[in-house]
Amino acid sequence: MRDLNEKDLRGKSLMRFASPQVFYPVAGRFAPWFAAVAAVLAVAGLYVGFFVAPTDFQQGEVYRVIFIHVPAAWMSMFVYLVMAFWSAVGLVLNTRLSFMMARALAPTGAMFCFVALWTGALWGKPTWGTYWVWDARLTSQLLLLFLYLGYIALTEAIEDSRRADRAGAILALVGAVNVPIIYFSVQWWNTLHQGASVSLTKAPSMATTMLAGMLLMALAAWAYTFATAFWRVRSLILERERHTDWVGAELERLGSR
Amino acid sequence: MLSAFAAVLRRDLTLAWRGRADVLVTLAFFVVVVCLFPFGVGAETNQLRAIGPGVLWVAALLSTLLSLHRLFAQDHADGTLEQLLLTPEPAALWVTAKIAAHWIVTGLPLVVAAPLLALLFDVEQEALGVLTLSLALGTPILALLGAVGAALTLGLRGGGVLLALLVLPLYVPVLIFGAGAVDAFLGGVGATAHLLLLGGGLLGALALAPFACAAALRIAVE
Amino acid sequence: MQWESWSAFWDMGGSALYVWGSYAVTAACVAVELLLLFRRRSETARRLLRLRRAAPPGRPAAGGNEEKT
Repeated sequence: MRDLNEKDLRGKSLMRFASPQVFYPVAGRFAPWFAAVAAVLAVAGLYVGFFVAPTDFQQGEVYRVIFIHVPAAWMSMFVYLVMAFWSAVGLVLNTRLSFMMARALAPTGAMFCFVALWTGALWGKPTWGTYWVWDARLTSQLLLLFLYLGYIALTEAIEDSRRADRAGAILALVGAVNVPIIYFSVQWWNTLHQGASVSLTKAPSMATTMLAGMLLMALAAWAYTFATAFWRVRSLILERERHTDWVGAELERLGSR
Repeated sequence: MLSAFAAVLRRDLTLAWRGRADVLVTLAFFVVVVCLFPFGVGAETNQLRAIGPGVLWVAALLSTLLSLHRLFAQDHADGTLEQLLLTPEPAALWVTAKIAAHWIVTGLPLVVAAPLLALLFDVEQEALGVLTLSLALGTPILALLGAVGAALTLGLRGGGVLLALLVLPLYVPVLIFGAGAVDAFLGGVGATAHLLLLGGGLLGALALAPFACAAALRIAVE
Repeated sequence: MQWESWSAFWDMGGSALYVWGSYAVTAACVAVELLLLFRRRSETARRLLRLRRAAPPGRPAAGGNEEKT
């Protein structure tokens, strides 16, 4: 497989980043920075959340779970949309790096989904009495986790990488189209069966400091996702492009460390 | 174009008729699953009446899932699928025909059997019409969505379970509105909204699923 | 600082289990994810290097048969 030569790499268009060979070092350089930013933002967010934000009038201290729960929930949905976006780009432009990005994002999205569910349950027990309520948001989150797991299972089950990429892309798009439908239907179902009383994400009326803490944590989660996705895609690139010379050189370099 | 649709439809129905034991198995599974629930939750009539529509819907859902493997497996194995993909006819067309044949053979019997089984749960007589209609609208949606999953998992090891994992989250809205229609009717609110949503869902699925399915088939076969 | 004491902080008004349970599980998830990520990377690199040395792509087996470890 012919490597890119100097002429290709000198081109100024953004499309050159669609080449795994060009993107690999870029991802390698940026990922640690994103990780550092994530750590700093997380510390800041936790500081605000625990030492600046006041005790909530109704919920006491337990509301502080929202500093994890809400950012995790946001990120789980956002990451899925980004996955669907890269899947669409891959199907339209036929760029393998797009598919690799989608696959690199999935585990992190699933992790956030799980965290949102877990923290939601732990928030629910003291406030509503049970570890689980079939609240519209939590139930949609659960179904989203299944969508993530389905995507990961399908892409791992298919051995041919080209078929795996494209099948996963179609699944991600079908899922993305269905997410609003699922959310709407679950909300309908929830209000009919339980009335309007139960809503775990009725966060306490937000003091500015609470909102600030949540935003900081959300930004931290976002930076974290960039870092993990970049790191993960590097492994995928090595795997996929293993027959090229540049990967050979990179592997030798890693092996000699 | 219509003749291509009719040809594929007729072929699939003929093949299904020749292997009709296979088809009856789906119906038998439906009946067995429905009959399991009283053993699990107790035979108290009021409780059964309350869960009846939900149980029937879940059983229909599971039966549909189990029968999906028949949709493309045989044609994939003997090479017909590749031939079909090579024809100049738009793939979405004959894919719809295959799904239609599949539903007639596996879904329609469930729709017919459901009101009879509902009597086992002492579901109110006047709700049987809504139940049947909800299943009549819903099971084709299940077949259409399931077909996309079947195409994605074509030929994979452990395909059946993987198919279930992929498709069940997508089935949830159909289940919610289908079973909810009966509950709404019995609750006095009327099932019109639910049934309209199901109808809309069916139209949407008819419009979109065959294309997604055809794309998935191409990917699986090439 | 709005906490009267460190023990009040850890106690979280009685909801220590829920608050710290949430944060602990989250930290564990992040740690596990990063661990798996880096382990996957080094295993992949090692495996691919071994495969390349055993069967170099498109190149004749040059330089003898000794395998560098």
